[in-house]
Amino acid sequence: MTAAVADTRFAPRAAGARQLAGTGALVRLALRRDRVMIPVWVAVILMMVLSMPGSLKSVYSTAAERADIAQSMATNSSMRALYGPVFADSIGGLTAWRIGVYGGLFAAVMSLLIVVRHTRDEEESGRQELVSSAMVGRRAPLTAALLAALVADAATALLVAGGLASQGGGGALALGLAIAATGMVFATMAAIVAQLTESARLAKGLTSAVLGLAFVLRAAGDSGTSGSGGGSSVLTWLSPLGWLENTRAFADERWWVLLLFVAGVAAQGAAAYGLAGRRDIGMSFLPSRPGPASGRLGTAGALAWRLQRGSVFGWSAGFLVAGIAFGGMTQGATDLVGDNQKTRDIIERMGGQSGVTDAFLATMVGMLGMVAALYIVSSVLRLSGEETSQRAEPVLAAAVGRLRWAAGHLAIAFGGAALIMVLGGLGLGIGYGGNFGPVLGACLTQLAAIWVIGGLAVLLFGVFPRAAVAAWAVAGIALLIGWIGPAFELPQPVMNLSPFGHLPKLPGGEMTWTPVLILLAIAAVFVAAGLTGLRRRDLSN
Amino acid sequence: MTKAMTVSELHKSFGRTRALDGLDLDVEAGEVHGFLGPNGAGKSTTIRVLLGLLRADSGAVQLLGGDPWADAVALHRKVAYVPGDVTLWRNLSGGEVIDLYGRLRGGLDKARRADLIERFELDPTKKGRAYSKGNRQKVALVAAFASDVDVLILDEPTSGLDPLMEEVFQEYVKEAARERGRTVLLSSHILSEVESLCDRISIIRKGRTVETGSLSELRHLTRTSVTAELASAPNGLAQLPGVHDLDIQGLRVKLQVDSDKLDAVLRSLTGSGVRSLASTPPTLEELFLRHYQDDGAGGTEGARAAEGAVSR
Repeated sequence: MTAAVADTRFAPRAAGARQLAGTGALVRLALRRDRVMIPVWVAVILMMVLSMPGSLKSVYSTAAERADIAQSMATNSSMRALYGPVFADSIGGLTAWRIGVYGGLFAAVMSLLIVVRHTRDEEESGRQELVSSAMVGRRAPLTAALLAALVADAATALLVAGGLASQGGGGALALGLAIAATGMVFATMAAIVAQLTESARLAKGLTSAVLGLAFVLRAAGDSGTSGSGGGSSVLTWLSPLGWLENTRAFADERWWVLLLFVAGVAAQGAAAYGLAGRRDIGMSFLPSRPGPASGRLGTAGALAWRLQRGSVFGWSAGFLVAGIAFGGMTQGATDLVGDNQKTRDIIERMGGQSGVTDAFLATMVGMLGMVAALYIVSSVLRLSGEETSQRAEPVLAAAVGRLRWAAGHLAIAFGGAALIMVLGGLGLGIGYGGNFGPVLGACLTQLAAIWVIGGLAVLLFGVFPRAAVAAWAVAGIALLIGWIGPAFELPQPVMNLSPFGHLPKLPGGEMTWTPVLILLAIAAVFVAAGLTGLRRRDLSN
Repeated sequence: MTKAMTVSELHKSFGRTRALDGLDLDVEAGEVHGFLGPNGAGKSTTIRVLLGLLRADSGAVQLLGGDPWADAVALHRKVAYVPGDVTLWRNLSGGEVIDLYGRLRGGLDKARRADLIERFELDPTKKGRAYSKGNRQKVALVAAFASDVDVLILDEPTSGLDPLMEEVFQEYVKEAARERGRTVLLSSHILSEVESLCDRISIIRKGRTVETGSLSELRHLTRTSVTAELASAPNGLAQLPGVHDLDIQGLRVKLQVDSDKLDAVLRSLTGSGVRSLASTPPTLEELFLRHYQDDGAGGTEGARAAEGAVSR
């Protein structure tokens, strides 16, 4: 948008208008197609942000307590790495500290998904050709995708600003705008990446990797600086998530930081339009190379591995790096000032019973586990993707039984979840500096809950194939309960809805086998029921 | 002759939609069987039931003497299938897909594979999306013809192929049936393809079989148009059974007659003395259009519409 205007400035006006012909219709199409996805994302971000003031108020009821927690958090490098520095000890200031970066992270994921979905996905599926053959300008599809992301981000900004207005209008607006602007930075980043690769899946993966890098840069930068008063390090300033926290919402807002976002969005947008104008529809700057004239793939299992190996490698690398980063943060956890009982309480509720370090590690392990649930859902749902795209049909029309076909993908889903959790555990051990045993054990224990969610995905796919995507909602709810539950003091029955709520708090807590075994049994029943359903039902066409 | 496929009284519904409503199909071993019908008649649904991808609601289905649902894997060793719309994996080359399908079936004839790739002018090193519609079809066709199987099930397999490639396709189907004794079930809308390849055909409409037999048998079921110039005024033509659309202008006669009643009409005409005679056997198009028409069972209207379509 900004970029479009900037870029067509010197062209005759009519030509610019022609380039954008049909944008309005395409935006409406995009919003119509995303009429469920965008509201759900916005609602989740909103719930995360707006639940904060209440839970902070209930945990730290007096100003003195809040000053105390602000002081301890500000001087603790682990906490700074995880949440960023604390700039003010008001309810609003603590809200921005605790949730700002994560609100931005979610907005970024939402935005990159929207943009890739309406650009590269459309070209890869061949739909774009038909659309572009109509009265649709060359720049209209990209513009429409970015506008759809802008609508989602603007709605987020407005609702966040409105919802937090009682904490201070300026701060609320700054936080809302910063979260939305982070979303737009990654929307335009996705727009660039979508020009580079022919695969929508790869475009999403690569943009997510950039987002992960932005988080790590910010965390590394924040853990290094001593916090209150001093400015952020260079590393933090390299990350859009660092810009977000540096708008200092509710703490003498620094509005000029928003200009960084504007500049970033404009530059990236211009680059995306530049690249898009220099390529043909469906093509990319990283073209796919020719493959072998004959192949060695000979079994359904080998095919499944071939299709999923890229994503397994990506997740493995991500978990190892995240583990090392989180492990590194843990070293500082013991610095935590211990005289605030409430702080201890919340840390302990977040995942542990004894020892702040163990509690911190347990929290990290729990986070890895919940993210691994997203991996297992995406991996199991490859089956659904193969079926609905008609690629499963000829394979199953060959001498391949349905169970054998499914088994290949499920081995990768369930085994892959174990692999990435082990790598995450190794990373934690490396980052923390030794004592791998308890951390690895804790990571493996998470598998019981991860597999339950994977099993539920198998069940949905096998018995209710049209509702298979609901597995994402299940994983999302588990993530949300695990994420905001402890801070929000959700009642135990609600916490118990998530399989993660039944796991022993490890490391540090006591290993209790009963719930783990029960979860494993539930997972096995789900998988068995799903496969039975798959064997009996019609293949969708 | 043994049957390669038998389907009788097959019913299949999707929710409230009745896809198959008592369909019958018999395919002899070693024949090329044309499977025809308008869009949405249930051809692909029948094929999916035959492949064990869908489960029949009721009715008997046999493929190579086995139950396609229960014995799917064993039967599929002997079956190659080409869908009408082939989708490939983005990151797999055509060659890899051909070899994969070969191995997933009973095996692949390397020499034939090379021969087919050359004849179809296919570049096996391209990947998934890089192939055009026609080339994606070729990938599946090469895999099917090179596979060591007894039955080929082809569901509108040549959509997107150019006429040259269509010819290559027809050669391979003929060779598969005549020289290798394979059974072919060919669903198609391309009438020339059906005419040149199929030993017998079945026409289905709204989930039921409306006609089955060899082409010459089916031709008998439709009408021949006759135009004659006579020596004297015609006599009693209107009373003959099977005569339609009779148009007499002096000594000129135009009429349509059911093909199996042609004999009596000719006798009557020669009775009046024939100066010139033109008789057009029903074209395949007429035959199909008559069956494809919505109320084609009524006959006249369908035939007229068919006439109109053909004379254009």
